[in-house]
Amino acid sequence: MTDTLTPVLTEPWGADRSWTREVYEAHGGYAALDKALAMAPDDVIAAVKDSGLRGRGGAGFPTGMKWSFIPQENPNPKYLVVNADESEPGTCKDIPLMMANPHVLVEGVIISSYAIRAKKAFIYIRGEVVHVIRRVQNAVREAYEAGHLGTDIHGSGFDLDIVVHAGAGAYICGEETALLEGLEGRRGQPRLRPPFPAVAGLYASPTVINNVESIASVPSIIGHGADWFASMGTEKSKGMGIFSLSGHVKRPGQYEAPLGITLRELVDLAGGMREGHELKFWTPGGSSTPLLTAEHVDLPLDFESMAGAGTMLGTRALQLFDETVCVVRAVLRWTEFYKHESCGKCTPCREGTWWLVQTLARLEKGQGSEEDLDLLLDQCDNILGRSFCALGDGATSPISSSIKHFRDEYLAHLTHGGCPFDPAASTVWAGSADQQEVTA
Amino acid sequence: MTLEQSTLDELAEIAGRYPEARSGLLPMLHLVQSAQGKVTPEGIEACAEILGITPAEVSGVATFYTMYKRREVGDFHVGVCTNTLCAVMGGDEIMATLQDHLGVGNDETAEKRDGDAHTVSLEHVECNAACDYAPVMMVNWEFLDDMTPQKAVALVDDLRAGNEVHSTRGPRLCSWREVERVLAGFPDGRADEGPSAGPASLAGREIARERGWSAPSAGASAPASGSEE
Repeated sequence: MTDTLTPVLTEPWGADRSWTREVYEAHGGYAALDKALAMAPDDVIAAVKDSGLRGRGGAGFPTGMKWSFIPQENPNPKYLVVNADESEPGTCKDIPLMMANPHVLVEGVIISSYAIRAKKAFIYIRGEVVHVIRRVQNAVREAYEAGHLGTDIHGSGFDLDIVVHAGAGAYICGEETALLEGLEGRRGQPRLRPPFPAVAGLYASPTVINNVESIASVPSIIGHGADWFASMGTEKSKGMGIFSLSGHVKRPGQYEAPLGITLRELVDLAGGMREGHELKFWTPGGSSTPLLTAEHVDLPLDFESMAGAGTMLGTRALQLFDETVCVVRAVLRWTEFYKHESCGKCTPCREGTWWLVQTLARLEKGQGSEEDLDLLLDQCDNILGRSFCALGDGATSPISSSIKHFRDEYLAHLTHGGCPFDPAASTVWAGSADQQEVTA
Repeated sequence: MTLEQSTLDELAEIAGRYPEARSGLLPMLHLVQSAQGKVTPEGIEACAEILGITPAEVSGVATFYTMYKRREVGDFHVGVCTNTLCAVMGGDEIMATLQDHLGVGNDETAEKRDGDAHTVSLEHVECNAACDYAPVMMVNWEFLDDMTPQKAVALVDDLRAGNEVHSTRGPRLCSWREVERVLAGFPDGRADEGPSAGPASLAGREIARERGWSAPSAGASAPASGSEE
């Protein structure tokens, strides 16, 4: 029986100077690299396939299979691109990972590049996290100094260069083809697929794009073996993953556990919901994954169970809201976010998110009518599956799921002539006396 | 203000990092902001010339990304997360308090008063991937975790007065233009400042240690595990 929490990636966090090569190597870092370089590249791919690792950036596509789609007979250079554009609302795992342990990402990049036979890799980090960028830049520099990067790495004949690339503020660049556009110096708008990046990605060359946590999981898979990784998790959702708890829980934070842990277990570990309050709604994996409620807390947090509940595991970004929170306010705010971040390329998303905000804002103010709920669902229907990329689809998730679970709360805005909730009751400092003076 | 030759050389150096020069455009625009305080017409033309593309193409990119500014921001650009989770946890109240305190709207720079050492600008930001520290603020893209309206007011007062301020999970705050240089790929040697992780990042790890929980052991060597403090 596996332990409830299984810190692997998070284990070195918090150690003194954990971000340095010296500390990373003192704890066995870069040993997996030697093991990988002694293997044939195809055997590294096979090991990652056998481990059952599925992409940790939200979609859950099998990582080893993604690597095997790279056409090795293609004469163009192969590229590895790490998607470190962590921006999905609620998602906050890759940033602390790169801050505390950037070398596990760098080692993962080297092993993964060796497997797909890339000689150039890029780490695309969102621009708004400068200290994370400092730590990753520093780790790459240290890796060069130690001969883990550059030419003839560890005498293997394998060459690799890594470029750390800062983005400039665009949620859409978390979408892998939009990220490639950004990395090519263009507006971050998604590309039509096919061709998929594995065939025609960066510079129209074969490209693998993986999430930070996926790549950072590779050294432990190679070091401990595919069976070790697969011994954690559920039948089709294997391994450990970082679960990010935020919101009205007593101890928010990062909890690394086998996939399949339940929200009830995680909230119990986190000390429960804040005193005197109860869970009302939550996102399993960011704002683009349909909302769940207190009746879903015993579902295994794995890809299959979440799909079975009509939602997605996503990035395991568990945002927890208690009964003080107005779901209409929450959903309106997310919808404003999607409207702001829509890249403008396709009509359903560019125009649709704008209309969603108009309709929702009116409802939130207690204006409009019950028919507006059907209008909202109709608007969602015109966006979902009709947009160029998943941003438009994601924009509809909070709306359709909240109407499904909380229709009465929308109607209460109409009968109440506005929002019946007090936003002050949801704040961290709700009820503390000194705060009331400031806001009075 | 004219771009110095050393900046033009560095812009070309950025382009040279990539198999295709145009890939350098995003970091190049960060460097333009570092040198000139915003994306200037001159900076756009310099990038276009180095990359062999038109100024219109560069402008098209510069206007797409929110971190590129067409108007100067303050020495300290203060962001308040008002995406849903932070907003609900108090971000909306923080934003309202700061707007009132600084006398500015969103995306505006507060007036520099007599005696102020530095200027401060205010902007609401989207989710900055620190939800376990909500409500979150950013100053020049460094984390200020677990904020309150009072802490926010004290923060901007300290920044304006020129007092030394540290990120809760990072270094001593430096100017917006200095940060833009790091984003352009020129490290400032301050990676070693600040902690390894904040308390929320360590929550699960600490519980696992208290209860003796760990990942299954493996016969093979264990990369980056078993660390001791």
